[in-house]
Amino acid sequence: MTLTQQLAANDASEHRTLIVSLFSCFVVATLAITVWAGRRTKDATDFYAGGRQFTGFQNGLAISGDYMSAASFLGIAGAISLSGYDGFLYSIGFLVAWLIALLLVAEPLRNSGRYTMGDVLAYRMRQRPVRTAAGVSTITVSIFYLLAQMVGAGALVALLLGITGEAGKNLIVVFVGIIMILYVTIGGMKGTTWVQMIKACLLIGGTLIVTVLVFHKFNYNLSTLLGEAAENSGKGKAFLEPGLKYGVSTTSKIDFISLGLALVLGTAGLPHILIRFYTVPTAMAARKSVNWAIGIIGVFYLMTIALGFGAAALLSQKEITDSNAAGNTAAPLLAQEIGGGGDSTGGAILLALISAVAFATILAVVAGLTLASSSSFAHDLYANVIRKGKATDKEEVGAARISAVVIGGVAIGLGIFAGKLNVAGLVALAFAVAASANLPTILYSLFWKRFTTQGALWSIYGGLVSAVGLVLFSPVVSGKETSMFDQWDFDYFPLENPGLISIPLGFLLGWLGSVLTRDDDANGKKYAELEVRSMTGYGAH
Amino acid sequence: MGTPPEHTSPGPPGGRDYTEIQQSPEFGELRRRYRSFVFPLTVAFVAWYLLYVLLSNYASGFMGAKVVGHINIAFVFGLAQFLTTFLIAWWYSRFAAAKLDPKAGAIKSRLEQEGGA
Repeated sequence: MTLTQQLAANDASEHRTLIVSLFSCFVVATLAITVWAGRRTKDATDFYAGGRQFTGFQNGLAISGDYMSAASFLGIAGAISLSGYDGFLYSIGFLVAWLIALLLVAEPLRNSGRYTMGDVLAYRMRQRPVRTAAGVSTITVSIFYLLAQMVGAGALVALLLGITGEAGKNLIVVFVGIIMILYVTIGGMKGTTWVQMIKACLLIGGTLIVTVLVFHKFNYNLSTLLGEAAENSGKGKAFLEPGLKYGVSTTSKIDFISLGLALVLGTAGLPHILIRFYTVPTAMAARKSVNWAIGIIGVFYLMTIALGFGAAALLSQKEITDSNAAGNTAAPLLAQEIGGGGDSTGGAILLALISAVAFATILAVVAGLTLASSSSFAHDLYANVIRKGKATDKEEVGAARISAVVIGGVAIGLGIFAGKLNVAGLVALAFAVAASANLPTILYSLFWKRFTTQGALWSIYGGLVSAVGLVLFSPVVSGKETSMFDQWDFDYFPLENPGLISIPLGFLLGWLGSVLTRDDDANGKKYAELEVRSMTGYGAH
Repeated sequence: MGTPPEHTSPGPPGGRDYTEIQQSPEFGELRRRYRSFVFPLTVAFVAWYLLYVLLSNYASGFMGAKVVGHINIAFVFGLAQFLTTFLIAWWYSRFAAAKLDPKAGAIKSRLEQEGGA
């Protein structure tokens, strides 16, 4: 019996019980912590920012938990196992991106904002239009990201638990959605932060075990591992060189540059990452947390190399693609193989462990995303636009809880109806939108005196509309076999990732909108205030 | 916290004029130190990363050259990106702790004394 057959086997197998019980332990433990954190959530600062009491290390761990999504854990390992070196390129962009957050964004944001990205963007602008724009773009980015995780959850869980029916898959999407709503509504930022920390430890621990076992098998020799992977993949030397996936044509090469730009510039514009900087007491703690995150995420990505090439060396390409065409289940399959194979207890335990870790990963990331979008809805749109700043803390948190339920519901619905969407495309799109709409406005707001309300609006909406619009007319949506709507052809834009066009456009529009207009004196005064506060931490919340 | 309705959320401590502080030589020096470190460094690491992306795309012969055993230049280059990321993070943090934090702290505590915020 092959691994894949075993995985697909619907009858009660040993590892299925194990996966379910390990995962249940995680859910029960995290829910207990959520309830505990919920009891300690008294005011808006507790709900949005976890009371700003976490240490730099704790938040660094939580940032890593928020960032290392199923796309990076399962996706990168899978991509390396199938495309070799080209899969590795993803993780480099994902990591280098953190330097922008560290050098330019984390500390000023912590010093001058309160709960959301919109706090900083709207600081010196006309509040209502800019907050609306910030809220719209936060929710758009988060929904794309959320959708990717939900689709991934459905597919993965279904596969690993051997549930093949449509109803069973939907049930799992609903289940994931409900747990995530519970985390956010009950535990707020405090509960969610603890969930992220636990998840990060589990993910690092699980990956470390498999990595050590892989290296053990190859006598701790990287070169042997790579050589074996190249040979076993059937692609030889090319497997270890760039180009297998992105080097096939001129378009795919340009697409790769576009992707590279989106990855490196997107991270510092992701709302669910930005709000994490508010959970620590000072800018120095924010700096420390990014440093920890860079260390943890970096080591994790280095281990995914071992996972990916290990899977390529120890499993046949057919075994990987039979289980999931995109390679998303390569890591769990590798765990089973390295534990002693499908029939051994060791294999079953490791498979169960890695699968449970993968579930925990998805659950934690969707909770972080739901929190980011409901915070932005409640704080930016409800409290400051609809109620014009007259809402009480209590009403604001109430609105955040209700919107978490609504957004969770939307995510469940989308997850069910969008089952066949391309997960990697959605994640890359979220990064592209974040880099096009959010990053220019954040940087201009913090560092450019002449930036105006119109510049902010042009930049956010211009970046948002061009990124989403270009994807709509890209091969992601139509025209190819792998597209969302493969029966239609309206793929007028050749690239799968819009970043190459939409990111420069976001920056350009922010500049153009600003030089064409002049805000009143209030902007200049508020910029002086923003600059002094963001650099010194004076008056920080 | 009493804040004017147009600028609701991040409440400015007191109604003071920050333009004066912003234009003070002391603050100017802090800004100069920060920007002259961070901006060139950002340009440098983004360029270094883009170089890597472009070489991966257009210099496959060079990237595929063997270094040791099955480890080629592409692999070493990739690992170098990890290494430079760790180093830049460490370097910036050391710089900030030595050159920025004391200066920012001094301005902050002076403001707190004056403003009584």
